[in-house]
Amino acid sequence: MQTKKKHSLNLIIGLIITCIMLFLIILGFFYTPYDPTKMDSSAKFAAPSIKHLMGCDNFGRDIFSRVLKGMGNTFVIALATVVIGVVSGVLIGAVTGYFGGWLDEVVMRINDVVFAFPSILLALVFISLFGTGKYNVVLALGIAFIPSFARIVRGEFIKYREMDYVKSARLAGVSHLRIIFVHILPNTMTVLLSSIMIGFNNAVLAEAGMSYLGIGVQPPDASLGSMLSEAQGYLFSAPGYAVFTGLMIILLVLGFSLLADGLKKG
Amino acid sequence: MTKREHKNAKVLFVSMLLTLTIALGGCAGDKADGDSTQDATVSTDESSVSAPTNAQEEADSADSQITVGIPQDLNSLDPNYANGSGTQEILFNIYEGLYKPDSDGNLNPAVASGYTMSEDGLVYTFTLRDGIKFHNGNPVTVADVKYSIEKCAGLNGGEPVISAFSNIASVETPDDKTIVVTLKEASSVFIAICATIEAAIVPADVADLEAEPVGTGPYKFVSRSLQESVVLERFDDYWGEPAHIKTVNLKVLADADAIVMNLEGGAVDMVARVTTAQAAELGDEFNILEGTMNLVQGMYLNNAVEPFDNELVRKALCYAVNKQEILDFVSDGKGTPVGSSMFPTFGKYYMDELNDVYTTDIEKAKELLAEAGYADGFEFTAKVPSNYQQHIDTAQVLAEQYKAIGVTMNIELIEWETWLSDVYGARDFEATVVGVDASTLTAGAMLSRFQSTASNNFINYGNPDYDTAYKNALSAEAVLDDDMATQYYKECETILTDTAANVYIQDMCELVAINKKYAGYEFYPLYIQDFSKLYVAE
Repeated sequence: MQTKKKHSLNLIIGLIITCIMLFLIILGFFYTPYDPTKMDSSAKFAAPSIKHLMGCDNFGRDIFSRVLKGMGNTFVIALATVVIGVVSGVLIGAVTGYFGGWLDEVVMRINDVVFAFPSILLALVFISLFGTGKYNVVLALGIAFIPSFARIVRGEFIKYREMDYVKSARLAGVSHLRIIFVHILPNTMTVLLSSIMIGFNNAVLAEAGMSYLGIGVQPPDASLGSMLSEAQGYLFSAPGYAVFTGLMIILLVLGFSLLADGLKKG
Repeated sequence: MTKREHKNAKVLFVSMLLTLTIALGGCAGDKADGDSTQDATVSTDESSVSAPTNAQEEADSADSQITVGIPQDLNSLDPNYANGSGTQEILFNIYEGLYKPDSDGNLNPAVASGYTMSEDGLVYTFTLRDGIKFHNGNPVTVADVKYSIEKCAGLNGGEPVISAFSNIASVETPDDKTIVVTLKEASSVFIAICATIEAAIVPADVADLEAEPVGTGPYKFVSRSLQESVVLERFDDYWGEPAHIKTVNLKVLADADAIVMNLEGGAVDMVARVTTAQAAELGDEFNILEGTMNLVQGMYLNNAVEPFDNELVRKALCYAVNKQEILDFVSDGKGTPVGSSMFPTFGKYYMDELNDVYTTDIEKAKELLAEAGYADGFEFTAKVPSNYQQHIDTAQVLAEQYKAIGVTMNIELIEWETWLSDVYGARDFEATVVGVDASTLTAGAMLSRFQSTASNNFINYGNPDYDTAYKNALSAEAVLDDDMATQYYKECETILTDTAANVYIQDMCELVAINKKYAGYEFYPLYIQDFSKLYVAE
């Protein structure tokens, strides 16, 4: 009884943090207190105040507005990355896991090769070939994320394809496609869902890392990573810049982690 | 059970924090670690040095060293191929020409000890300096000088390395102290060009300077680690006043955001050209010296691509810019706005009035855009080198200012090496924000690149009027009519402004951040870092 309660505590805290963050992100799409790229020479390095909740950066741009916008960018990039990874990963994993045989061998060995590279490194190679920018980062990270999802889904499919209900469905003449997507896939959801959450967190951190290295979102656009990179040059004149930006990354990741944790156990 | 859950959450939280620090701090972290041992050794065995003039010998004997942060790796160690100003300003310490500039803008004898010019200005007779040696210990001979000049002039076959040297007809060495250079046409700027880095005197018996950089300068090359560092050491047999500090470590800081961390953390002792915001960030252990960068910062437009092939569009971009605002944002108002490819240090060539041709006028800019067929504005991408914070900041302010006329300016940060190959070399760009500097204080150093046929005309500027004016200036120089030449050069500048070749912004203020342990930094009227004048102050 008690354990159950503790589990849901993770879930509740995760849910609260995530909801607040999502609210801020959605808010950022429609409204920011200031134009996030609007410069104001009188507000250079302004301290946090009622007017500027998180203060201003070296161009007098409102950090709160930039954080809202930056979170949105980071979120969208992470989301797109995960979508690419999950959709391709599920397809590859489902087909290889369900059919097995030489196709499985070949695809999974390729998968292993991609998996063997750290995702950031892979993305860096991709970026150096195709150039910097938001969309290339999404594509690069998305591709790098495919193998992990493919593996998980494949494992599940191997487990389920020998189950009796699948066998009987097959005997009843149900098409392979229907078995894959209607009979088996829903059963993999619990495992898939928590790995999506973790994958999302990794994507947030990867985007932040890439933008921090200056190859993600290009100025004057903001993302949490690029803002953190900018902020490190002004740690003393505007400590709030780095602190608030870092805090947002932590909260975003923490919220989803707790949520994933809660979902898995709950 | 309860406790364990708690623990799990804690472990999760801590590991997440760790991941963050590793993912985001990894890059800056190891940069700072690498050189942490260097700063401690600098001042230990020096007694206090009060008067720099006579205390040098003391400091010289010690293992004094300084680590200087540079924004990019040297693109070549061969003076003939060093085409980035950031490389040339360093090579200034290793190589010397027959003459060399000093911090007041004078040209002083270096490898030569003097020269005489014939009446008609065609024959220059140089005397080789007595006892001058190369870094490899060999004495400099007239054969070396002849070899170097002929190489630069393309007399041994091949293209001339220095286009102005194609004016050289012959180089003779009548005895082992004398070099006679004969020109095809007289030139009032010949000595100035002899004082550039490209015209360095190098040994005739070293085939590959890239592998074995040997010059006559106050510092000799020791080692280089690509994209990371270059080490220079004092040349003890230097003919002139020797350098004070024994070892100069140059550390590549390709990431502009890392400059403050490196200075504060003690990984580097000096960075020339920090921004005002970065300077404000530095603590008491640093002196901030202020000078000018001696370049023309601007948004350089590829005149061959749409829509910048349209003069009206270029003019609109000029009218939309508020230079003072840029200065306020990027450098707290420091710097000198300029209106053409010439900066104030040039004195007689500089035309202050060109700065007033395009005063900020949003309405006028919009009209011009409409006239050019871009009433709804347009979108373009500026490639900006990611290692120069000033240019990144300027680009961001420009992007903001262009919103007022409906023009969307995207910024793409690229590595310096990519900038050199793609923008400067392949001319594959729409616009770029950089500074263009001069290798000599001759007008040609700034203006020759805009001739339609110039190999370094990276903006693809093509204007027959300009070409004519420039040729006239050269002809005037050939008959040593300096006033006339100046007139024509000014005409060139005016054409550049009137046709809005580029969006000219400013000659930036140069803020040098130097640890208080060191002193003696000297500003040059050119893009030069002279390490030989630095000394240990404590």
